[in-house]
Amino acid sequence: MSALPSSTGGAAPFDSTRIEQDEGFRRRPNAADAGKWQGLANHPKVTRPYRPRVAERLYLPLVGGLLVTLRHFVRNLFGKLPTIQYPEERRNYSHRFRGHHILTTRPDGSVRCVACYLCAQACPAECIHIEAAEHPDVNIEKYPVVYEIDMLRCIFCGYCVDACPEEAIIMSNNYDMAYFHRDQTIAGKAELMKPFTFDENLLGYRPRYPEEDAKRAKMRREAFNLVEAARQAKAKEEAARAAAV
Amino acid sequence: MSTIASPPRPETGELAVLAKFPAGSITPQEGLDQPTWIVRREILAELARELRDNPATRFDLMLDLGGVDFPDRTPRFDAVYHLYSIPRAARLRLKVPVDDTDPLPSLIPVWKACNWFERELYDMFGLTIEGHPNMRRILCHEGFEGHALRKDYDAARRWILTEDKIYQPHFDLPNDEDDLFERMTVNIGPSHPAMHGTFRLMAVLDGETIVASDVEIGYLHRCFEKMSETHNWQQVIPYTDRLNYCSSFINNVGYCRTVEQLLGVEVPPKAVWARTILSEFSRIMDHCVCNGTTMVDSGGLTNFWYMFQPREEIYGLLESCCGARLTVSYGRIGGLAQDLPPDFMERCRHLLAIIPPFVDDVERLVEKNRIWIDRSVGVAAISGEEAVNWGWTGPCLRASGVPYDVRRAHPYDLYDTVDWDVPVLYGGDVYDRFRIRMLEIRESLKIIRQLLDRGIPEGGHITSDPHVALPPKEACYNQMEAMIYHFKLIMDGIQVPEGECYSMVEGANGELGFYAISDGSSKPYRLKCRPPCFPIFSTFSRLIQGGSLSDAIVSLGGLNVIAGELER
Repeated sequence: MSALPSSTGGAAPFDSTRIEQDEGFRRRPNAADAGKWQGLANHPKVTRPYRPRVAERLYLPLVGGLLVTLRHFVRNLFGKLPTIQYPEERRNYSHRFRGHHILTTRPDGSVRCVACYLCAQACPAECIHIEAAEHPDVNIEKYPVVYEIDMLRCIFCGYCVDACPEEAIIMSNNYDMAYFHRDQTIAGKAELMKPFTFDENLLGYRPRYPEEDAKRAKMRREAFNLVEAARQAKAKEEAARAAAV
Repeated sequence: MSTIASPPRPETGELAVLAKFPAGSITPQEGLDQPTWIVRREILAELARELRDNPATRFDLMLDLGGVDFPDRTPRFDAVYHLYSIPRAARLRLKVPVDDTDPLPSLIPVWKACNWFERELYDMFGLTIEGHPNMRRILCHEGFEGHALRKDYDAARRWILTEDKIYQPHFDLPNDEDDLFERMTVNIGPSHPAMHGTFRLMAVLDGETIVASDVEIGYLHRCFEKMSETHNWQQVIPYTDRLNYCSSFINNVGYCRTVEQLLGVEVPPKAVWARTILSEFSRIMDHCVCNGTTMVDSGGLTNFWYMFQPREEIYGLLESCCGARLTVSYGRIGGLAQDLPPDFMERCRHLLAIIPPFVDDVERLVEKNRIWIDRSVGVAAISGEEAVNWGWTGPCLRASGVPYDVRRAHPYDLYDTVDWDVPVLYGGDVYDRFRIRMLEIRESLKIIRQLLDRGIPEGGHITSDPHVALPPKEACYNQMEAMIYHFKLIMDGIQVPEGECYSMVEGANGELGFYAISDGSSKPYRLKCRPPCFPIFSTFSRLIQGGSLSDAIVSLGGLNVIAGELER
């Protein structure tokens, strides 16, 4: 055998093994076909490759293809290209985008987090580290002294936002995170509470969306109504009991 | 719409086989989601052949082989085979209790699909297989010690793996010694663009013809199955995103359906509806990626752009639903993570309008193009019978003429309520694999169109069972009870009752199955993923043998092998 490249290749495009036209095109197996597909013997033992027509052998459909590319060319020349010129242009993401995290604050600027560890517990990547301390205000109990997210481990699944019972951690629209050192990749409280991220347009995945406020107000009303109804029912019951006594 | 799978079919054929074997060697296990036999390992090889060849059973497809470790039991391990019969649409699970000291018979003579699955079993559990031609690790590095999926293996353990012990290729060379000095061994990958990032192909060439080849996989192996044993049921969902990352939502659905089946939870109609639509969009996306990159591999860059434009737009839809484009994590056990966005319908309608022109353009560019026809017709062809024996499923199998589609054979979600076709082609080559994906894109669009016409169903996006789904945030802030459920679910996780089940969906490249075993705690005891492209890729060496090297590149593209899913 010679060392020269053999020209056989795998493709034998126009040989005689092609037996039939591909009648199975878009065929739908149904009850009537069931008999055909019973048993091993009915899996086709010989393959039936596509058989090109004469026009295809003569490269004629290439003209049609060139027309397609020409149409795209003209359209792209005079129309708008789908390419986004990042970083000058940015993709418009929805307000559900799961980007860099934000720790929200109370009106006085202190962190809203109460260090309950639910986010750390829910995190599948185990990337949240919290150290808690007593809060001077007895109504708040705890606050995080250290709150760190390892951005290299984080998979941006949003489980921490789902888990948070205080709306203390939400996500922003910020997706371009780049670092020079590994130690920069651990986002601490200072990183997560950067005030510029609180622009409403830059917010991402969070439990509260403006357009859902009506729905939430309705839910709250219902919840209050429920409590009110229960209270009234209880009062009525007590009144009835008092009357009975 | 219930997600609970239909009860097992009557098993008359199985009973006939059962009677042929001595009493006590097979014990049927009752009360499971599908017929299950506990089989003694001595009769396994004989039984497998009988199950395949007996006309009453005809289990022609070996879907999955995985192990389960019970450290306190003797024998310690279970080797679990999932069999499927395409003509009968029946399933059977074989459990073979075995210890690591007694070897299992290799079932490669019966189902060639067993080849890699048996290597995986050895790699992950240390079970030995008798008669396997290449009994080596497959997913882990050669220098790895221990077996990762054993319960006594510490998941946090770290290894330093060096070049000292490196995978030595195993070639099935034809035995003509005269030619040996003419041959050349070429290594391609793992960091080679044509190998899609992480596969390593070693080929023995004679000129340009591949005489023999071997592939090494595992560069993306992260032992997803071990990780799911150390996380609770809900936390596994982001991990499933990373299986087939081209259509991550389908993985979410497949996994969630499995757990829902174990839990017996009813999924609200809105979630089922949205799952069906988004699964189909994900399928379109996956097919776009596969066909686009196949064309790039063979030199046609234009199609890549035309195919990636619809994909971008679908990413936009997914992002508006859940906030991420690639790894969506949108499914939750019991429904969806969030409600559908207000503009969901308009976005879907927009996609339905823009996808077909791109598909038409690509078809017009390449389908009748002799350059592409010469490159792909007859390349890496496989007959349906052979493909089934190798464990193929999905579009690649349907391109070989076998009309097996999970959505048709075992309808889930809303697939039995819409009118759609299973495209089947008979070429079994790269050209037909390409074409069948184009046809499937159109079928998916048909499904989506019909579902959109029905309108968004009323109701919530996730089940209201507080033991499964987190209560709405508003309730959590205002009601004590909801708050308690919220804490309980996050801290303890979902308590899944003891049991096991195998549940499958039609992934973008074949049957994606999850076999879950729960011991009643908040974490899976064992979660086995049935990756559709694992058996498909195991055929690769055989497929490219005798073809030229450039054909190997094209055929890899056509198989749609996704490393994240292959190597888990």
